[in-house]
Amino acid sequence: MLRISDVSKTFFPGTVNERRALVEVNLGLAAGDFVTVIGSNGAGKSTVLNTVAGRIGQDEGKVELDGRDVSKLKEHQRAAQVGRVFQDPMAGTSPHLTIEENLSLADKRGRPRGLALGVTKAKRERFAEALKVLELGLEDRLKTKVGLLSGGQRQALSLLMATFSQPKILLLDEHTAALDPQRAELVTRLTKKVVEEQQLTTLMVTHNMAQALEVGNRLIMMHEGRIILEVPEGEKSKLAPEDLLAEFAKIKGAVIDDKTMLQ
Amino acid sequence: MITAVELGLIYAIVALGVYLTFRILNFPDLTVDGSFTSGAATAAILIVNEVNPFLATAAAFVVGAVAGLITGLLHTKGNINGLLAGILTMIGLYSINLRIMGGANVPLLGEDTVISALRGVAGTGWNSVLVLVAVALVFKLLLDWFLHTDSGLALQATGDNEQMIRSFAVSTDRMKIIGLMLSNGLVGLAGAVVAQFQGFADIGMGIGLILVGLASVIVGQAIFGTRVVIQATMAVVLGAVIYRLAIQFALNAGLNPNDMKLMSALLVIAALLLPQWKGFRRIAQWRKGRSALDAAAEATLTSEANVPGKKVG
Ligand SMILES: Nc1ncnc2c1ncn2[C@@H]1O[C@H](COP(=O)(O)OP(=O)(O)OP(=O)(O)O)[C@@H](O)[C@H]1O
Ligand SMILES: [Mg+2]
Repeated sequence: MLRISDVSKTFFPGTVNERRALVEVNLGLAAGDFVTVIGSNGAGKSTVLNTVAGRIGQDEGKVELDGRDVSKLKEHQRAAQVGRVFQDPMAGTSPHLTIEENLSLADKRGRPRGLALGVTKAKRERFAEALKVLELGLEDRLKTKVGLLSGGQRQALSLLMATFSQPKILLLDEHTAALDPQRAELVTRLTKKVVEEQQLTTLMVTHNMAQALEVGNRLIMMHEGRIILEVPEGEKSKLAPEDLLAEFAKIKGAVIDDKTMLQ
Repeated sequence: MITAVELGLIYAIVALGVYLTFRILNFPDLTVDGSFTSGAATAAILIVNEVNPFLATAAAFVVGAVAGLITGLLHTKGNINGLLAGILTMIGLYSINLRIMGGANVPLLGEDTVISALRGVAGTGWNSVLVLVAVALVFKLLLDWFLHTDSGLALQATGDNEQMIRSFAVSTDRMKIIGLMLSNGLVGLAGAVVAQFQGFADIGMGIGLILVGLASVIVGQAIFGTRVVIQATMAVVLGAVIYRLAIQFALNAGLNPNDMKLMSALLVIAALLLPQWKGFRRIAQWRKGRSALDAAAEATLTSEANVPGKKVG
């Protein structure tokens, strides 16, 4: 469903600020795969998601979606098939529009937007039905501006919107990180539910080891722009957070070893 | 007084255009100074050449929209800062407007115009005001309707959260261009009507127009509020009329028409500075209190956000 081949990205090349964010990254997701991505800060996790979404262009390599090379497509062109939820709860919704208007925007993803009314009675009923899944009572507040919702409510709504028109791939970038534990728990639960129900192919970044192990069927660990560990389907369920931490320690150790060897 | 109200209602169309770019798209578009005159010039020259005045006025909309298209392309495809893109088009249009008119002005005395048609049906009294109220309301309602269509919602979201709406497969460049075209189309059309109202098109008639539009939007929204689109557009229309009445009042008080640009600038400055002043905030609080019913309804709806100790997102 998704194939990333030899993708590299360097920010500010040739300057003192040069940053190699991705180094020849290869990753393939079969339809229905749910891959969690972990790694230290600056490892390149968000950059991987951004190159898939087309928010930033890769320097080298290729991104294929459902067998089609999308490397040259712009962000809004790829977005017809890519659903995203961002870390910032403000980022995924339009605060001055109402809940139903936001859902109507999500509903039209990948289809032409013309001069038909965005919200009709029939649509409103469908939106209310969909909102019930969130169990937040938002179905009774269709005309509330999204800017008035709490962070958790907004993030749950963002998730619903991102998955509303069945994207080919769902990208989640630490989408529970800004929430309190209770809300994070809720959004994680919703994520599992939606992904399962719609059989979505998903790439999810998280800093929470327990969460990384709890959800999804595969796991990858990134470090300094490379994928340094791939846990395939079947083995993931056997891992414990300690194993991942040990793995982290190993890379840190390796880095120090390299440095001491160089001296 | 009647003249001021009539002019205000015509300028309401300008204000709706400015509202679309400044408030909805969050784009400070200065093209309007030029596109207003372009609309006036186009309509005037067509009318002088015996074209039906309604057709001529429609042509002014198209010419205004083309001006908006140029600013939009400069900004989105040329990556030129929005403010600068508008200024570039505006300045360029000055020469073009002179070309269209073949001089600095085109008199319309004795020609058939939309205003002479209006006078024919409704005279010069309150009847004609009523007709113009209806016209302004039609434009307001059309804009309300458009903003609630699929395209219109995408346009609103473009001004509200660009990153988000792009992630829903909307080309924000395209939305900005559409918004600028519509806005300048309305402004061009208003320019055509103003020219017919005053009986001539003049190269200088658009100078400072952006302030007239902004003043109307700011004054109207400060008085009548902005909670939902239909309310905000109504406020904008009323703001335009109030602005004209204020100008009329200043003229009656002995100010010279040449002082009007300064007046406009001072009015906008006041409207921007006043809300920052403490005493005014207290009045605003009081005004909020008046709509306490709304606030209470909103609050019960957002009860979850109001749980003590919980951060409101
Ligand atoms: N838009 C950008 N411009 C310049 N540098 C960037 C940009 N985005 C990312 N980088 C750099 O690329 C590297 C990888 O960043 P990235 O955001 O992908 O890390 P991450 O794994 O998501 O980290 P975190 O866990 O902190 O979110 C970092 O060194 C970062 O500074
Ligand atoms: Mg990140």
